[in-house]
Amino acid sequence: MTSAEAVPPAPILELVALHKNFGPLKVLDGIDLAVRPRELVFVIGPSGSGKSTLLRCCNRLEEPDSGAVIVDGADIMRPGTDLNAVRQKIGMVFQSFNLYPHMTALGNVTLALRKVQGLARDAAEARGRAALAQVGLADKENSYPNALSGGQQQRVGIARALALGPKIVLFDEPTSALDPELVGSVLAVMRELKAAGMTMVVVSHELAFARAAADRVVFMEGGRIVEQGSPEAIFGNPREARTRAFVSRLSQGHG
Amino acid sequence: MAEILDTFFNIEILLRVLPFILEGLGMTLLLCAITVPIGLAGGLAVAWVWSLKKRYVNWALVVYVDFFRAFPPLVLLIFVYFGLPFVGVDLSPFAAVAIAFLLNASSYYGEIFRAGIESVPHGQWEAARASGLSRFQTMRYVVLPQATRNVLPDLIGNTLEVVKLTTIASVVALGELLHAARLAQSLVYNPTPIVAAALIYLALLWPAVRLLRHFEHRHLVAR
Ligand SMILES: Nc1ncnc2c1ncn2[C@@H]1O[C@H](COP(=O)(O)OP(=O)(O)OP(=O)(O)O)[C@@H](O)[C@H]1O
Ligand SMILES: [Mg+2]
Repeated sequence: MTSAEAVPPAPILELVALHKNFGPLKVLDGIDLAVRPRELVFVIGPSGSGKSTLLRCCNRLEEPDSGAVIVDGADIMRPGTDLNAVRQKIGMVFQSFNLYPHMTALGNVTLALRKVQGLARDAAEARGRAALAQVGLADKENSYPNALSGGQQQRVGIARALALGPKIVLFDEPTSALDPELVGSVLAVMRELKAAGMTMVVVSHELAFARAAADRVVFMEGGRIVEQGSPEAIFGNPREARTRAFVSRLSQGHG
Repeated sequence: MAEILDTFFNIEILLRVLPFILEGLGMTLLLCAITVPIGLAGGLAVAWVWSLKKRYVNWALVVYVDFFRAFPPLVLLIFVYFGLPFVGVDLSPFAAVAIAFLLNASSYYGEIFRAGIESVPHGQWEAARASGLSRFQTMRYVVLPQATRNVLPDLIGNTLEVVKLTTIASVVALGELLHAARLAQSLVYNPTPIVAAALIYLALLWPAVRLLRHFEHRHLVAR
């Protein structure tokens, strides 16, 4: 055994003692979480437990009150950090897609490539087309969002995140706004991403997906991580009563 | 009937004053080419500063916008041109018009752009910022195109008002269309030049009004 194998790989994303308040409300109350390369961390928790805020603090879309956010080895809370450069490493996928309605699928996917990464149109479009192909929408590059189904829109959203060449992609309830029959196509793309070795943090209620694809499940409540472990452990045999109650409610409610 | 035509639309007189009137039209078009872009640029600046959501700055902005929307534009222009020289600020007629229209039109345009920007869902900002676009790039490439589309009827309507308002430049002796027509009228003792000016204004603005109705109709249908 070589020493390189003995040392665990450095996390892509590490949150240390992260705190965030909205007024008197402690939305994040000391979060410690490390996401290793190629890992898929699945986050569950009741509404208002701070899951979205957690994701939004990872690229400082939301400003944490204290704590460290370490991305690819660098603490991005340090003053002088070039946030727009950091954000190239962190893809983000939203519940409501947030596609730009006045741009085609390809326009959506290439905007940041051209304006932030400074690629020429040809180079950006080549990368954009590859990203659209990766989510199975090569033939939709000239479609505007309103001409796409919800599932297709969300896959464009994923392609937009992937085109930047991120080290990690954050998903905030990517299938919650979709009609049930469209959920599968998005989850399939996410499973392929996982298989291709992408590092992912996924907030979702899709337990079947978690069982199949997650390396680790994190249960949050009240701005804290209550319990985490393998999908089998969290869904099958949780230590905490709160986790058990939530998981059983979730499996009854959402399938 | 012939008498009326002779009085209000005397062809002979019309031909005599036409070069004069056309010169006035040229000045009106020049004024439009100055005041509309100045107003749009000022309005965009107002809306941009507002979007930074600095509380005290925005209070000041509300005062600015409300003040100049309440201030009659003719009074404003007269004050800028005839009032400011008393404190040593001597402006050319053009500069006075530019300043008065900057203050007046930017308030209206600013309000319209602000409403447009507010109509764009917050998720658009989030998606753009998360992908690394700066605040300015997000405004320029993502938010403003949608905002403009959402308030296009208001923008066209306000532009119509600005064009009509260029007639007030006659008080600072800029020979725009109305000014030229009145001068011609006083020379020939006949209202034909005024009628001609009115027809030119109509010809200028009518298509814009039709365009506006087209967009308003589309908005109604889209709802
Ligand atoms: N900008 C904000 N200002 C004030 N309070 C906020 C803001 N954003 C979120 N909150 C509050 O913070 C708490 C956590 O919100 P968050 O969106 O992170 O929860 P969540 O776990 O994602 O919930 P859900 O499952 O409903 O999406 C909620 O009580 C919410 O009302
Ligand atoms: Mg949420």
